[in-house]
Amino acid sequence: MFTARSRRRRPRGTVLLAAAASAAVLLSACSSSSGGGEASSTDGAGTPVKGGNLTFALASDPVCVDPHQAATNDSIYVARQLVDSLTDQDPTTGEIVPWLAESWQVSADAKEFTFKLHAGATFSDGTAVTAASVKANFDSILKDGAKATLAGPYLGGYVSTEVVDNLTAKVVFGAPSAQFLQATSTFSLGLLADSSLALAPADRCTQALVGSGPFTLKSYTTNQAVVLSKRAGYNWGSQLFTTKGEANLDTVTFQIVPEAAVRTGSLQSGQIDGIGGVPPSDEAGLESAGFTLQAKRNPGVVFNLQANTSRPVPSDPAVRTALQRAINGQEIVDTVLSDKFAPATSVLSTTTPDYVDLSSSFTFDLAKAKKTLDDAGWKAGSDGTRSKDGTKLALTVIYSPIYGPSKDALELLQQQARKAGITLNLEQVAVADSAARIAAGDWDYFWANLTRADPDILRTLYSSTGANRGKLPATSDLQTALIAQAAAGDLAERKALVEKAQKLIIDNGYIVPVFELTTVLGLSPDVHDVRFEASSRLQLHDTWKTS
Amino acid sequence: MGRYLARRLAAAVGVLWAAYTLAFAILYLLPGDPAEILAAGGENTDPDPAALEKLRAEYGLDRPIAEQYWDKLWAALHGNFGVSVTSGRPVTDVIKDAAPSTLLLTFGALAAAIIGGALLALIATYPRGAGLRQLLLSLPSLAVSAPTFWVGLILVQLLSFQWRLLPAIGNEGWKSLVMPVVTLAIPVSAVVAQVLAKSLLTELGSPYVEIAHAKGVSRTRIHLRHVARNAAIPTLTLVGVLTGELLAGTVVVETVFSRAGIGRVTAAAVERQDIPVVLGVVVFSAAIFVVVNLLIDLVYPLLDPRIAQNGARA
Repeated sequence: MFTARSRRRRPRGTVLLAAAASAAVLLSACSSSSGGGEASSTDGAGTPVKGGNLTFALASDPVCVDPHQAATNDSIYVARQLVDSLTDQDPTTGEIVPWLAESWQVSADAKEFTFKLHAGATFSDGTAVTAASVKANFDSILKDGAKATLAGPYLGGYVSTEVVDNLTAKVVFGAPSAQFLQATSTFSLGLLADSSLALAPADRCTQALVGSGPFTLKSYTTNQAVVLSKRAGYNWGSQLFTTKGEANLDTVTFQIVPEAAVRTGSLQSGQIDGIGGVPPSDEAGLESAGFTLQAKRNPGVVFNLQANTSRPVPSDPAVRTALQRAINGQEIVDTVLSDKFAPATSVLSTTTPDYVDLSSSFTFDLAKAKKTLDDAGWKAGSDGTRSKDGTKLALTVIYSPIYGPSKDALELLQQQARKAGITLNLEQVAVADSAARIAAGDWDYFWANLTRADPDILRTLYSSTGANRGKLPATSDLQTALIAQAAAGDLAERKALVEKAQKLIIDNGYIVPVFELTTVLGLSPDVHDVRFEASSRLQLHDTWKTS
Repeated sequence: MGRYLARRLAAAVGVLWAAYTLAFAILYLLPGDPAEILAAGGENTDPDPAALEKLRAEYGLDRPIAEQYWDKLWAALHGNFGVSVTSGRPVTDVIKDAAPSTLLLTFGALAAAIIGGALLALIATYPRGAGLRQLLLSLPSLAVSAPTFWVGLILVQLLSFQWRLLPAIGNEGWKSLVMPVVTLAIPVSAVVAQVLAKSLLTELGSPYVEIAHAKGVSRTRIHLRHVARNAAIPTLTLVGVLTGELLAGTVVVETVFSRAGIGRVTAAAVERQDIPVVLGVVVFSAAIFVVVNLLIDLVYPLLDPRIAQNGARA
């Protein structure tokens, strides 16, 4: 903890800021929290070295690095470095801690959020970060509409931001929005200067992006590289940063390298310093060659099969719960993935706040799966597929090839389900066509995950007013719990509701949880202190290189 | 000659129009639309329908197809291909940025393929012994059957990762051009070698070769001066087609070698159904193809004066 000195202008100890006792947002400003995470704490390689360039490979051109519009990992990795957020989220505890805001209050009904900003933070064009900046940014995100893919929904129900004084901003929602505090810690709601907000969304994708973050955008060459340089004089970093003041690195080069084999080879031959999305099959080779593998389980909804309850076969709860029991997540992890991964134990992953372990409700149990189907009248057939009243137990499963190992995982799932007499017909859908195909609803199960470090992701996906791809009924205990957790100002009350929602989703068999996505970085042994922020994306402020 | 040129130009414009229209039709027949893909942003979120409608209206995707086609075609005739749906940049800028690197790669590979292929053909047809000739002539079919992607990865593995002679990634300097040019040139040089060797062998059997022999002209001089010149014409015709093949090959080569260029722009635009960019790339590639073929038509008379005298090639 060599650099973990608390910044003087920040209060030590525990700060309690609450308008009403029931709405207390407790945040421990413990100065020793280092970022934590499975592999993100200081690696003990000594005192950080200042200077140098880090080259990190991205799989595809980020296209748009405006934090308000960024939605793919490649664009987020860049965008995160350019802006600061009002708050930060501890990747280990999920706790919300100060960044640009030194304190905040949440109203009892979770409709009003008042942020008190630090004095002294400036954007890289010299203008000050003020309450008016907060208002300008949130208003701008709303105006961006569908282009603000991730940021837009975070501001669902947003009414206005009131500039109370130069450094105090009050954000007002029309309906309760308990998720908003966590949302302020994301890059999506990071703050840009007025000069950037004045531009049309398309004009701030690759240039003219002015933030207050530890790095500034130096150059952007399409399909080639994005270069960032250190912001001189930066000293308003997140409380989680271990290096105080300016970033350690002088520059960061995000080099675009589309081929996975070339990324791995370039890292091994010393042409680049770090790669993301290491294929599980390359992990052992890199590790034995002395490279650092840094992994963190992604928060949010695990990789799962989501049932379309409006279709004849998966409308039968027996089919849904039997499939849960027929699937062996551990075997998938052992065969297709690596020991960095883990089988799912709930609809949420272990790194998501308010996660609850429900593994006992869907432990792999082939005998039980078969019995459930027998009892429900699904009779074993001569071709290995069960049937009931002439209907075959054959399910159409659609997936997009967004995540490399998905195909192998699904093929193994197919074999596992087969043993219970369930036939899964896998159908790969091009990324470009997936939105239309999901909307068409002509599928029984849909394979996906979704990363977010707040349990409100459950409402986004499973509420009848949200995406609701599974066509779940509009009134049920689940819907009540999902709506209520969004309105819960009290943390304990919200936790209870989120746990209830997870249990209902699992017990009804709405999804078959399979494994937790793990982000695996491959790093040169010279690279130290690459951090994962709460949603498993890069934070490079503390990163340094041995020369 | 003037009328000949005018006719070739009119045909060229026809080719461009046909390429544009065909690409437009195919893109609109695909399921999904670019606004949906943009709003979904790679994550599995469902965009707000009202916001999606707004986005569609912004890109004119909500208007009848015929109307969109005419408007786009009319603008394209004025050099305006619209803006990229994904990045918001003007399509002409996107292509202008990516073109130099791709043209360097394409024409570098074309030159390498012609030189390599011609050398192989000339050497292979020179020896009198049938065994050596057969051996040399079997090389091209071997090269044609090696997939570009695989050749590229093998080269990177050896020259960059093992021996560290050349950079594996990027567009910087001549060193970064070596492996992409070689990878792209290998299958094309094989085609050049096959076609040229075949016409060389045909020409070697011609009566004029015997006459030259009888007059005492050396074998080497006959091979390089007389035979090669006459045998070059079918190969030259092929160069036009090969240029198209090379341009298409840049999609794979630029991906393997992490080079920025038209190939990468194309791959990304198709994946995201970025219709304006795809249309721009199609017109750009068709234009290169047309220009190269026009130039070839003009070179014929230099090789064979009879073509110019007849006014037109058959």
